[in-house]
Amino acid sequence: MWNYSEKVLQLFHNPINQGSFKPSDDPTTAIAVGEVGSIACGDALRLHLQIEVAEDRILDARFQTFGCTSAIASSSALTELVKGLTLDQALQVTNGEIADYLGGLPEAKMHCSVMGQEALEAAIFNYRGIEREELHEDEGALICKCFAITDSKIRKVIAENGLRSAEQVTAYLKAGGGCGSCLVAIDKILEESNPKSDGPPQAPLVVRLQQIDAVIEQDIRPYLKADGGDIQVCGLVGDELHVQLRGNCSTCSSSSDTLRYAVEARLRERLESNLRVVQVP
Amino acid sequence: MTIKPITYFDNNATTQVSQGVLEAMLPFYRESYGNPSSMHHFGGNLSLQIAQAREQVAALIGAESTEVVFTSCGSEGNNSAIRSALSNNSSRRRIITTAVEHPCVLNVAKQLQSEGYDHVVIGVDGDGQLDLGQLEEALKVPTALVSTMAANNETGVVFPLEAIGQLVKTAGALWHVDAVQLAGKAPIDLRSLPVDLLTLSAHKIHGPKGVGALYVRRATRFQPWLLGGHQERGRRAGTENVAGLVGFGQAAEEAKEAIENDVIAQVAKLRNRLEQGLLARIPDCVVNGGGTTRLGNTSNIGFKYIEGEAILFSLDSHGICASSGSACTSGSLEASHVLRAMAIPYSVLHGSIRFSLSRFSTDEQVDLTLQVMPEIVDRLRQLSPFSDDDVSWLQQMELAPNP
Repeated sequence: MWNYSEKVLQLFHNPINQGSFKPSDDPTTAIAVGEVGSIACGDALRLHLQIEVAEDRILDARFQTFGCTSAIASSSALTELVKGLTLDQALQVTNGEIADYLGGLPEAKMHCSVMGQEALEAAIFNYRGIEREELHEDEGALICKCFAITDSKIRKVIAENGLRSAEQVTAYLKAGGGCGSCLVAIDKILEESNPKSDGPPQAPLVVRLQQIDAVIEQDIRPYLKADGGDIQVCGLVGDELHVQLRGNCSTCSSSSDTLRYAVEARLRERLESNLRVVQVP
Repeated sequence: MTIKPITYFDNNATTQVSQGVLEAMLPFYRESYGNPSSMHHFGGNLSLQIAQAREQVAALIGAESTEVVFTSCGSEGNNSAIRSALSNNSSRRRIITTAVEHPCVLNVAKQLQSEGYDHVVIGVDGDGQLDLGQLEEALKVPTALVSTMAANNETGVVFPLEAIGQLVKTAGALWHVDAVQLAGKAPIDLRSLPVDLLTLSAHKIHGPKGVGALYVRRATRFQPWLLGGHQERGRRAGTENVAGLVGFGQAAEEAKEAIENDVIAQVAKLRNRLEQGLLARIPDCVVNGGGTTRLGNTSNIGFKYIEGEAILFSLDSHGICASSGSACTSGSLEASHVLRAMAIPYSVLHGSIRFSLSRFSTDEQVDLTLQVMPEIVDRLRQLSPFSDDDVSWLQQMELAPNP
């Protein structure tokens, strides 16, 4: 049984923006469509964007999804996230932002957020008349043959999400999750993407958690408390710090900004530059 | 959140312990907690209870009680059966299984391959039925062991045991049968079936978890897998799980009565009403394995163009428990190896739901499922970009993970 956040369940049971747009004769708007995934792989998303031509801006978005609970919720989240963005801004949206919007996804389901990001890219490139393949000229090598995943895609997701293990790559991209033949190749890409640092070896978990607690106590909690909120550390898994926001923070609409800019940025600056802060339900 | 009454249609995963089983077990936790190997009456007398449980389990499958070795679970039974069979036949380093075996057989076979054994896999047809011609062909090469299920956990498809037995025995190989799903749901009589080793599990027949049995035909050489004390006539060491064994015995007796009194036929009627009701109410669905002999309690239905986990989550909000062979529910990223071996199209496969009933299933539970399922499927289909088999996406089959 997957442990989904309330937000995932809410958007699964009552999705926002499902469906597509009726064709319109209005010359000031255009419809762009992006399709990713396949029924064979077990999930697929068709994203529809209504674009204001003069401003190059997304007026509205709809989705059609074949997939599991979190695939449906991720698609719905994506449509909410991109409304009002210019196409250039939308291209900057990462899968992490989709996951954050959902209050986090189980790691094994992160590929649902990646699918959302890819559909967005596909829709915008379709609209602009760019072949997606042309943009990745260097993507020579097909790494995962089961799920048709290339090395450039793997490198991109490793970099954007700070991935450290082949298991994480599988959770985000499915790559390596079929026959498993490419796991060695994924290990190699990880090695190249995460060069071993020359710095001192990482401190033991207990020491790291104590350091994190100290920084939160001194530099973070006072600010959150000033706004009627609080933060609770739930655990540290690799470079991923699991936290819960409490009080006003837990219901605040900018809680993902709080996490990223107030909590994660400060901890990175003071302690570990690889640290990722993730909100858990 | 209000707690809904549970509709438990996942009995091939595990079952509710029956009242009779629970009551039979409790005294062996509360009062008679001794060790049967002890040299005092308080413990030593328990061997009588174990002997009775052994007879009850033997009676369910038409065996003698000395042929029953108690284990901790079905997986242990399968692991030890295969290991023992191969160690007794060192000149033949070849094992045959079917493509749809439980992972506790397939993963042992995979391990054996890395130890230098040949592992031959026999395929199934679109209904999940065994290809007997392929088995006959494979048996032309000297083979140590053939391991086949009696009935499949996902589809309920029952293999033709008599025909398989004849082929295996003609070829002079040992035959192991994983009967975990068939036992208690259909009669088994080992007096008329040339099985050498057969695996059972208590928790699939309303007994406790953590108890199983391996049938070892009289005079079959058996190499113990778990070494230690003299328990189980030296064939499986470890202090007996007395309460568990007593519970298994009681569960076996109740299962035998349920078969003899046609309770099992009632379960099949209920399953048929559920299955036919769903097919009548919902377009574009297929019964996986529907064209061949199946267990009376199992229905595996593929609801096209939608994904299994989303269906299960929706059912869960009505308190209905079922399971799925879709990739998202398998714990890995690949869909069920059973449904893939049947070459079921992906549009059906990912939306496959298994309903497995028991003698405790009720008409009301079937009614509830028939009531909510059409809405669930309709809602998810409206969300889906797929609605027929001709869209271009469905043609991209080469991207699919191969079994």
